[in-house]
Amino acid sequence: MKKCGENGGLLLSARRCNGMKQYETVIGLEVHVELATKTKIFCGCSTKFGARPNTQTCPICTGMPGALPILNKRVVELALAVGLAANCQINRYCKFDRKNYFYPDNPQNYQISQLYLPICHDGWLEIETEAGKKKIGIHEIHMEEDAGKLVHDEWEDCSLVDYNRSGVPLIEIVSEPDMRNAEEVIAYLEKLRHIIQYLGASDCKLQEGSMRADVNLSVREMGSSSFGTRTEMKNLNSFKAIARAIAGERERQIELLEEGRAVIQETRRWDDNKETSRAMRSKEDAKDYRYFPDPDLLPVSISEKWLEEIRAAQPELREARALRYQRAYGLSAYDADVITESRHMAELFEETAALCKSPKKAANWIMGETFRLIKERNVEPEKVFFTPGHLASLILEVEKGSISNQTAKEVFEKVFDEDVEPLAYIQAHGLQTVEDADLLGEVLDKVIAANEKAVEEFRSGKEKVLGFLVGQVMKEMRGKANAGKVGELLREKLRQ
Amino acid sequence: MRLLSLSAVELGDKIRKKEIGVEEAARAYLQQMKKQEPKVAAYLTVEEEGVLARAREVQKGIDEGRYTSPLAGVPVAVKDNICIEGVRTTCASRILENFVPTYTATAYENLERAGAVLLGKTNMDEFAMGSTTETSAFGITKNPWNPAYVPGGSSGGSCAAVAAGEACAALGSDTGGSIRQPAGYCGVTGIKPTYGTVSRFGLVAYGSSLDQIGPIGKDVRDCAALLEAIASHDPKDSTSMARQDTDFTKGLAGDMKALRIGVPEEYLGEGISPEVKAAVEKALETMRENGAAVEVFPLGMVDYVIPAYYIIAAAEASSNLERFDGVKYGYRAAEYEGLHDMYRRSRSEGFGEEVKRRIMLGSFVLSSGYYDAYYLKALRVKALIKRAFDRAFKKYDVLLAPSAPTTAPRIGESLKDPLQMYLGDIYTVAVNLAGLPGITVPCGLDEKGLPVGLQFIGDCFQEKKILQAACAYEEMRGKWRLAFEREEV
Amino acid sequence: MYVVKIDDKTMESVEILAQLRLSDNEREKAREDMQKMLDYVEKLNELDTKGVEPMSHIFPVNNVFREDIVTNGDSREAMLANAPRQKEYQYLVPKTVE
Repeated sequence: MKKCGENGGLLLSARRCNGMKQYETVIGLEVHVELATKTKIFCGCSTKFGARPNTQTCPICTGMPGALPILNKRVVELALAVGLAANCQINRYCKFDRKNYFYPDNPQNYQISQLYLPICHDGWLEIETEAGKKKIGIHEIHMEEDAGKLVHDEWEDCSLVDYNRSGVPLIEIVSEPDMRNAEEVIAYLEKLRHIIQYLGASDCKLQEGSMRADVNLSVREMGSSSFGTRTEMKNLNSFKAIARAIAGERERQIELLEEGRAVIQETRRWDDNKETSRAMRSKEDAKDYRYFPDPDLLPVSISEKWLEEIRAAQPELREARALRYQRAYGLSAYDADVITESRHMAELFEETAALCKSPKKAANWIMGETFRLIKERNVEPEKVFFTPGHLASLILEVEKGSISNQTAKEVFEKVFDEDVEPLAYIQAHGLQTVEDADLLGEVLDKVIAANEKAVEEFRSGKEKVLGFLVGQVMKEMRGKANAGKVGELLREKLRQ
Repeated sequence: MRLLSLSAVELGDKIRKKEIGVEEAARAYLQQMKKQEPKVAAYLTVEEEGVLARAREVQKGIDEGRYTSPLAGVPVAVKDNICIEGVRTTCASRILENFVPTYTATAYENLERAGAVLLGKTNMDEFAMGSTTETSAFGITKNPWNPAYVPGGSSGGSCAAVAAGEACAALGSDTGGSIRQPAGYCGVTGIKPTYGTVSRFGLVAYGSSLDQIGPIGKDVRDCAALLEAIASHDPKDSTSMARQDTDFTKGLAGDMKALRIGVPEEYLGEGISPEVKAAVEKALETMRENGAAVEVFPLGMVDYVIPAYYIIAAAEASSNLERFDGVKYGYRAAEYEGLHDMYRRSRSEGFGEEVKRRIMLGSFVLSSGYYDAYYLKALRVKALIKRAFDRAFKKYDVLLAPSAPTTAPRIGESLKDPLQMYLGDIYTVAVNLAGLPGITVPCGLDEKGLPVGLQFIGDCFQEKKILQAACAYEEMRGKWRLAFEREEV
Repeated sequence: MYVVKIDDKTMESVEILAQLRLSDNEREKAREDMQKMLDYVEKLNELDTKGVEPMSHIFPVNNVFREDIVTNGDSREAMLANAPRQKEYQYLVPKTVE
């Protein structure tokens, strides 16, 4: 029944199936990424997130008369790093252009961007789809400046402008219209995010706006080789919103076409609460940006030597790392994938593995306890701050049998939250396993005496009951015993 | 010799020798301002108390050996499109009527470091758009030679101030002749340096690829000294150039023997007034007599410089002036309904007619469908103009031209026909398009007693050549008396 | 040759691009001036510029950079001192759409 409208509501799907037409969605993305520089693209103001309004502004990033932009070299380097990682051609000679439009978040009323000669072009990324690997083309990557932030003031029914973000460096990554559904879009965005995070070029947070994706979408009849009219969707703050917006816009366009109406080329704003979009239009919005080369900025010329330096400094990216973990450490493809999800986690894993000389155990601790605590404490993987040596020494202690697995987990919480030095902590809290045979003997005797029924069952051959008895001993010992050893001793004692 | 008649270099010398006090010099100029301003109206902002306080501070600095530059203690005026921290900077526009910058233009900072004493900010055409200083929102500056005539523009206030003895020297800016043309009309000396020699940081932009700040003085030596002081490689201006040869005062004295001078034949042809032509030809004759090889030659491209210039300048201006929107600074309309109405009212009420005219022309030539035909075409023509000059400078050391086809027009005559006014920039705009240095030196008076300016044009970075040639010409020409000095005779 | 006729509609769209608003009288004068100017600059079409690169910058200088070092501190009071209207250290503007 639900064959042709996989994204759509039931009613529409039913009608369309009757109508016999099948539609294909064609999607291209414009992704803006805030680069992780210390200063803005054209001035020495800090880019730190969350500062009080307008405390990170100067005559340049507020468009004061007579102020002039000076290009931050680091921006060019990060843009090149991303371009190389995305298999792009590099324009060895690139320039900045002015994009002219009036809006209060744009203090000069022109944005400095790159239209005619962007820094990178013609690249691609490979994504995994249900049907296998697929290449998504990258049309271009260009550098530009971010706008300020506008907030609506309910009290006075006006808007307030904060220019802290004005001039924060951005790269805009424009894909080819190569994606066909939300899954591909999200796979592409994930891929992009991983690359950029691994490069250290940005933290790529959709919620904080350091990564923003605008979706260009059109539909066409299945089999058609020409494109339909596309719309551009803005205000997409999560992967979920992106998926919903794609479904919604696809439906909207198909409905228009089915009704014999035309799709209008326009920019639409997605409202994720209402799950609808509406056209952003204004008659004052002339949509003629009058791009021309910025006379205040000189061209950037990229030498082979400079490019070579950037190439040489490229870190190992996620896929290469995941493959290496499989080959060198014998991790499963799944584990390697999960651990490399975040570059920071991968680095924690690798350092821990090197120190404890047991990659498997290190992987288990990262995949198990670390991820559990990340979830429980609701922190971002990037913000986890414990020292890999601390986890490694916990692993080694367990291996030596000087603490129990249970104790290790408890101590690890302290390591995770406060990065305590585990050996000192174990010592201070007397958590090491008790090696004293007399003491252990006493406890064993006590447990045997208190559990006559279980003892009898064991003696009559019910091996399983041993586990229960070990548990009782461990409880009595508050975990400070080596469970394996306790089992052996119990077995010995009960056979006597 | 009277204090006001001393050149900046002479005054600086006497101040260093303690023959004249800095405050005494400042007071003399303030006094002259009181006398002349009612007639000339060269200034927009003067803060007497501030001037005297600064004079005392500089005197102290000289006494303590902190200021050693030849210009220490010299009272100067600054065009009102050059930002100075804490001093109102209006660009002679309503839209910036109350704007007080929190930063200082590098050019002025350099001059301040040399110990110059700021007298005030001078009138100009609004945003430097105009050739007469009549487009100022705050009144018309009069030509000190005859107040019925304009001082030229857009640095009309700065040139008139020097001519009237109201400033010992001044800073102006030149996008298409805005120093050289008014210097010619006012009978003073003014130089537009090679693009990139003086930082544009803090200069309110008109046409960014053409704008340069330059000095206006009583003679060539003063201009050389001021230029030496203000030129710098500024990390705050990407287009500023690293030059090692900014010791412009070195080797000024010399003769014209073996100097190859080219005079574009087009510059003496159609459109030039007979009196200007006669004055220029007389100057050429003098130079020939003194050993220069003067040759009239076809430069080429002359018919295309005005169209190319106005397209490029208007396009850049339309974008540069977008920031004036009533949000961050400047004028905001009293009443409006919504954001875009606020923009449109503020800008329509805040800008004058000529500025609006150029903004609209610039917006049009950049708009989609016209960009290639107008803007790119103009940039291609600019490349051809540059080539024409490159060819000329293979044959000649210096080119000579009038600074304008006529002497100063009467007040009220020019604005009636903007295109006609633009055509008056024929001898100056090409220099900006090609990035060249050019200096205007007075070379005579017409029948009405108005000065004629002679322009020396050099190849890029050849300021020294034109300064030397102009200096040598000055000597041949003999002592030039400024407007206020003739009045007093 | 390519001759552009400037009509009232063109003027209105240019006014929107430039964010200006002219009265009818002003517009007619401005239209005439612009027409005259555009007719005049037609002159450029006499020149064959095929193969000539548009020249933005006079000198072939490239790569003017600054290092990624914070040099500016908090100067918001000075920055806001010229604002026609402000509230809570922000620039106050008429409500923006959305």
